[in-house]
Amino acid sequence: MVKDKLAQSVMLGLCLFSILMVVTIAVGLYLKSSPVLENKSLWSLLSSSEWRPMKGEFGFFPFIIGTVWVTVLAIAMAFPISLFTAIYLTEYAKSHVKKFVFPALDILAGLPSVIYGVWGVLVIVPWISNRFAPHFVDFSSGYTILAAGIVLGIMVIPLLVSLFIEVFSSVPMELREASLALGATRWQTTHKVVLRKTLSGVAAATVLAVSRAMGETIAVLMVCGCVIGIPKSILDPGYPIPALIANNYGEMLSMPLYESALMFAALILFAVVLVFNLLSRIILYRLEKTQQ
Amino acid sequence: MDIKRKKQVSEWAVKTVMWISMSIVFLLVFSVIWTIFSKGCKAMSWSMLTKLPTAGTYLGGEGGFPNAIVGSLYIVGASTVLGLLVSIPVVFYLNVYLKTSSKLAYWLRLACDVLFGVPSIVYGAFGFTIMIFFGLRTSLLGGIIVITMLIIPIFIRTMDEATRNFPREILDASYALGATRWETLKVVVRQIAPGIATATLLSIGRAIGDAASVMFTAGYTDSIPTSLSQPAATLPLAVFFQLTSPIPEVVDRAYAAALVLTIIVLILSISGRFITNRFSKNKL
Repeated sequence: MVKDKLAQSVMLGLCLFSILMVVTIAVGLYLKSSPVLENKSLWSLLSSSEWRPMKGEFGFFPFIIGTVWVTVLAIAMAFPISLFTAIYLTEYAKSHVKKFVFPALDILAGLPSVIYGVWGVLVIVPWISNRFAPHFVDFSSGYTILAAGIVLGIMVIPLLVSLFIEVFSSVPMELREASLALGATRWQTTHKVVLRKTLSGVAAATVLAVSRAMGETIAVLMVCGCVIGIPKSILDPGYPIPALIANNYGEMLSMPLYESALMFAALILFAVVLVFNLLSRIILYRLEKTQQ
Repeated sequence: MDIKRKKQVSEWAVKTVMWISMSIVFLLVFSVIWTIFSKGCKAMSWSMLTKLPTAGTYLGGEGGFPNAIVGSLYIVGASTVLGLLVSIPVVFYLNVYLKTSSKLAYWLRLACDVLFGVPSIVYGAFGFTIMIFFGLRTSLLGGIIVITMLIIPIFIRTMDEATRNFPREILDASYALGATRWETLKVVVRQIAPGIATATLLSIGRAIGDAASVMFTAGYTDSIPTSLSQPAATLPLAVFFQLTSPIPEVVDRAYAAALVLTIIVLILSISGRFITNRFSKNKL
């Protein structure tokens, strides 16, 4: 019995530790970024485009814009592909088709981000530079926001598909049968019953994918071009926040304010991801509950 | 056009769109794998796997990346063991001690899902500040700590999903025989073993491929670490650092490292699927 009590308190401790980890990361990042926050107002940090670490100028605007561009492009590409794949898998596919598709999605989900980076450098970047960009601009190195968007889009497809499948399977079979019995086709059933019923879930899944895309580092860093500036089109290079942190972390140790600024970048990322995750997870949990 | 015809046309159109989407997915998988294998196989040689880098290696000399392979294995091995030690008790507590309606369970699941979504670069930056705080430098230990933090939420959530479907009657049977909850753990572990196995494979895949978090914490070195306080090289970083080199021999090494990493991940993902299929057949 003593063992049981002891085990119980150890386990409770480990649980609380896991929950506290979220708080610890937030507090740690905030403490580390407080020097730069004391130095500059929050608004000027977010809206200024001046990035001169040596002079103590830290404007995050170009990086925020870079992140937004890349993320929006990635989701715009991944969303339709994932939605239709998920609909096919839940509403149409026979089990022998699923046997081929699921392993393919497993592989996409499992490949490390650096592998997507290599693929992007070898396939997407030359394609943009030689085939795509010449139609629009005189010269492009290929290391562009578009390249980052494409690579990132592919990386979020497996996540989106698996979330969509989960969401669609929460719709009771009886509802589909009722609709089909009234003479509706499969597609009519899908978009008038399944999609309408799971609209909030689809939105939550998309928000989750957005937050995943925003934080992706290595693959994006390898193909985005990393030029500081506000991009004018998707054929300009960009510089998202994770790439900024990864590229500069080693060299900033000698300058406390620079380190603090990069920690602030990590804090922005963490805060946005935290809010997005909390919102969408709570919606998805509700959906799961109604199913049971 | 009458309604019936319209219905059929839209059905047909949607089916086409779906087929196109699925073909894109397959095409992408094929393209990525093909690119890595065709480049990697050309660059691969026995000395890549066995010869440590020397002073001239990054200028086009001899040498491979066994340092990165061993470094990755050290980090992944240690953090998987640590991750299991933390997460098995948590999952057990979540599913056996707590009621399904418990607030703590809700918050714990939410916290893990949120932690799962935190970008690895944030873990890297946060882990680095913790290491500085404790006076650690970039080292094997730092890498292990960060990767463990990174995979614990994945472990907990995947195992939790596997445990949730597990029949509660088995618990009652165990209690009825006079076992304490602690003793019942053994029964539960045996029941959810396939779930633990899949979770482990998933976590290893995630741990071995993550570059952003080990970049600042484990660092990079040309030798195989002999103690926890030495920096350690990892496979993803071996790819990342060498790919941008202007020297073809060095870039080849990046391709070969990418091939090794891909093969490891493919094996993990295929065996994960295999375990799931194999054991879900005889599920109650």
